[in-house]
Amino acid sequence: MQWEAVIGLELHAQLATQTKIFSGASTAYGAQANTQACAIDLGMPGMLPVLNETAVNYAIRLGLALDADVAGRSVFARKNYFYPDLPKGYQISQYELPVVGQGHLDIDLEDGSRKRIGVTRAHLEEDAGKSLHEGFTAMSGIDLNRAGTPLLEIVSEPDLRSAKEAVAYMKKMHSLVRYLRICDGNMQEGSFRCDANVSVRPVGQVAFGTRAELKNLNSFRFVERAINFEIERQIELLEDGGRVIQETRLFDSDRGVTRSMRGKEEANDYRYFPDPDLLPLEITAQQIEAVRAELPELPDTKQARFVSDYGLNHYDAAVLTSHRELADYFEAVLTHCNDAKLAANWVMGDLSGALNKAGLEITESPVSEVALAGLLARIADETISGKIAKEVFEAMWQGEGDADAVIAARGLEQVKDSGAIEALVEQVIAANPDQLEQYRAGKTKLMGFFVGQVMKASQGKANPQQVNDILKRRLDG
Amino acid sequence: MALDVNEVGQIAHLARLAVGDEDSQDHARNLSNILAFVERLSAVDTTGVEPMAHPLEMTQRLRPDEVTEPNEREQFQALAPLTEHGHYLVPRVIE
Amino acid sequence: MHDRTIAELSAALDRGELSSVELTRATLAAMETGSALNAFITMTPDIALAEAKAADKARAKGKATALTGIPIAHKDIFCTAGVRTSCGSRMLDNFAPPYDAFVVAQMRAAGAVMVGKTNMDEFAMGSSNETSWYGPVQNPWDTRCVPGGSSGGSAAAVAARLVPGATGTDTGGSIRQPAALTGISGLKPTYGRVSRYGMIAFASSLDQAGPMAQSAEDLAIMLGAMAGFDPRDSTCVDQPVPNYQAGLEGANLKGLKVGLPREYFAADGVDDEVTQAIAAAVETLREQGAEIRDISLPNTELAVPVYYVIAPAEASSNLSRFDGVRYGHRCEAPKDLEDLYKRSRAEGFGEEVKRRIMVGTYALSAGYFDAYYLKAQKVRRMIRDDFAQAFESVDVIVGPTAPSTAFSMGAKSDDPVQMYLSDIFTIAANLAGLPALSIPAGMGAGRPVGLQFIGNHFAESTLLRAAHAYQQCTDWHTRQPGEEG
Repeated sequence: MQWEAVIGLELHAQLATQTKIFSGASTAYGAQANTQACAIDLGMPGMLPVLNETAVNYAIRLGLALDADVAGRSVFARKNYFYPDLPKGYQISQYELPVVGQGHLDIDLEDGSRKRIGVTRAHLEEDAGKSLHEGFTAMSGIDLNRAGTPLLEIVSEPDLRSAKEAVAYMKKMHSLVRYLRICDGNMQEGSFRCDANVSVRPVGQVAFGTRAELKNLNSFRFVERAINFEIERQIELLEDGGRVIQETRLFDSDRGVTRSMRGKEEANDYRYFPDPDLLPLEITAQQIEAVRAELPELPDTKQARFVSDYGLNHYDAAVLTSHRELADYFEAVLTHCNDAKLAANWVMGDLSGALNKAGLEITESPVSEVALAGLLARIADETISGKIAKEVFEAMWQGEGDADAVIAARGLEQVKDSGAIEALVEQVIAANPDQLEQYRAGKTKLMGFFVGQVMKASQGKANPQQVNDILKRRLDG
Repeated sequence: MALDVNEVGQIAHLARLAVGDEDSQDHARNLSNILAFVERLSAVDTTGVEPMAHPLEMTQRLRPDEVTEPNEREQFQALAPLTEHGHYLVPRVIE
Repeated sequence: MHDRTIAELSAALDRGELSSVELTRATLAAMETGSALNAFITMTPDIALAEAKAADKARAKGKATALTGIPIAHKDIFCTAGVRTSCGSRMLDNFAPPYDAFVVAQMRAAGAVMVGKTNMDEFAMGSSNETSWYGPVQNPWDTRCVPGGSSGGSAAAVAARLVPGATGTDTGGSIRQPAALTGISGLKPTYGRVSRYGMIAFASSLDQAGPMAQSAEDLAIMLGAMAGFDPRDSTCVDQPVPNYQAGLEGANLKGLKVGLPREYFAADGVDDEVTQAIAAAVETLREQGAEIRDISLPNTELAVPVYYVIAPAEASSNLSRFDGVRYGHRCEAPKDLEDLYKRSRAEGFGEEVKRRIMVGTYALSAGYFDAYYLKAQKVRRMIRDDFAQAFESVDVIVGPTAPSTAFSMGAKSDDPVQMYLSDIFTIAANLAGLPALSIPAGMGAGRPVGLQFIGNHFAESTLLRAAHAYQQCTDWHTRQPGEEG
């Protein structure tokens, strides 16, 4: 039996507004418990919600970026259930009439092809608070700072067919919300969260199988592992003659398994109805155009432009445009350097490597765009070789100055004088008579040895091309 | 629409109200009477009529994204039945 | 001293006949003397005297307005900072909010002196003030009878002349019906005219705050202070507040087109004494030059069932926040989370509240939403459209406020549906969001009968002028309990 997995993702992006969606309390991360929960967030008697205009703008931005319909009229609805982190006993969300309708996001698959993933809808809602189950004897402690933070819930069509596709979609959406500056995407802090709906069906069947909802997937790795485990679990279950139960399952990252949630997840009747404390949200064409005018260049457009304008390959363009700040850095380098490939290699390679190791964002790079461009210029004009450039870069990273300063201070200029190189070549040949004999006897692989010796003798500064030419002449001649 | 005690139990659970067995009977009777009373709505022809959630044809006002609420935790938690280290306490929830 | 209206008292204060401190002291004493009525849950003498002193100072500086120094009581549904706000419920018996309702702040800013919080049906659910945790309120006209509800305490306090004015709220008639049963004047403004900030919610799309006092002129004075734009309530309207008091100038009934809905006047279950008193009142209107017209509000009969789906549905959700976690009543030694919720709420809420929460939960639940809630919202629109059509040909709609005069305590409390029918004439105005008032217009078997005026959206001035004109040529509004034979 051949099986096919069917996956849909529900992503929750916490919007990077200053205040809550329905109150003027701060959303700053890391505050002491309940110091950012005002009377509205606490669900105090007589308190009423008032909608944050920036949250609406951010929803419009996302809608436009997903090529989706932005609803001219959308309605807030109450989702009623009891839980300690939900102070009013209902969550204000959107149900039948969400602010963003049908759209799509294109993802790049491993084989280089593109796949269009449908987005069913995106809606605004408020986040709940947090429960702490440790640290209070036999009790749970409730912190409502997070209650009321604006969320955009983004629901995909069940168009994903593998864990890898799911991760690609999630990464693309993560990149997009950061591009749009509507969400900081910090998954450790819970700014970007994922629930996955997973089912399987025999290949060729049109009807969907019963799905399970996986919750608590807060890293790309967890998403991939959880989905893969769940697909296997369901296939095994079905092949053994069992039935998949529609339920919520948590991912246990320690054991790498999904397990059924108990307690909270009895069949919940949410009794949705339009919130009578809020009026329908009207969004005009003018408002939409105003938001459209402020949209940054979107990742796909930028990626295509990098390919056409800079002649980069698809993969490099994708990596460089995965983060807006990275793309901006790269383009800034190019204003002082016109070798796009060289710049791409260095930005994606040495620079990114150093940033990752130090745990820094590109915006915190100790080597500025101009400085890097200066280094690349010295490679391009052959003042230094690519290998020496790595040493220079390291020194620049440590704050020793710009490329020229480091080259001068350490005397790293490439030796290009043929006379000097010839002298070194003579030195090396004289010092290695055995290898010379072997070479002349036919062991031409020893060229590498001689090149290495000459480079060593020159402390790496000899121009490698000239070394090769001169050696060849001398050894063969 | 007559309700029995089981349905009363389900509704009471959704509404998180403890209802004793004796009260269940009363509630079943009362609810059934009320529901019978409102039942006459089902006979009304509402074809083509939009539901009206608000008496006024108004749309939602927007609020600028500026912090206006200071930290008033002590004041609010003075009203709370049980707190510790700034947290509201409830019997431990197993997740 | 207390028989005087707000307008009269204000003039007396201006003339220096008495100070606000003296007036307040006398009010507080009357409240004590009249305490058997059980109109008050909390009295606030210290705050009152401090505010009275401040009012006298303001008056001395020439900064007095119509409400400066006037003692006012607030229905215990309005949050008052630092003062218990119980909503008539055990659930909030220990609750003193750290914030003021908009209405409370407005009245204070206008110089009114807060003397206490009045008794009410629990969470505003009731038509007799018999469901309060703090015990029933007596009707000053006949203490074996109910004053009406849910603003029964405010009504009784004004009717017994303990205070000259009090605030109330009206969701299905809770200002107008008690006003009718106690022989005072009460107004429910247009939905959105007064901010609901700090007013504990019952049914959010129906609730409105309003004034209760002895006369239309007093209602105008109070409404002028209570109304206003508040950005903290998304459902309140940003429209300028007219000077309602000044607008009474030259009020008369000549040429006023008065509609009498035939469905109201042919209704079953209206007591004879009410029918007679209303007929006489209509005659008075006619004599004063009003043009009486027959109109139809075809969906009248559906208003009560529509209300008893929508109001409990919204209430069931609004009351979910009362869970024993952050404020209010919490049960002893809960064994787990479910127990905390279920017992705290069962202990905190009374029977009528539980009943309505259950009805509301049912009406919203899966499988019933379309048949009940959605259906009711559709019929609601039809009811609103009936009024829209009627107001194309009339200025105001008139009829009885309640089908009977004050009934005995316990008479209807066993049969919820019977109780709900007390609201038959008042409910439609809430569903349609229209302003409406009730003024005394006769007596029946020694108890007051109320005449209701319903107006178009934001036509409070029209209503107040009509009521004022009626009160200029009649004296029902000056009658007090104990004077009648």
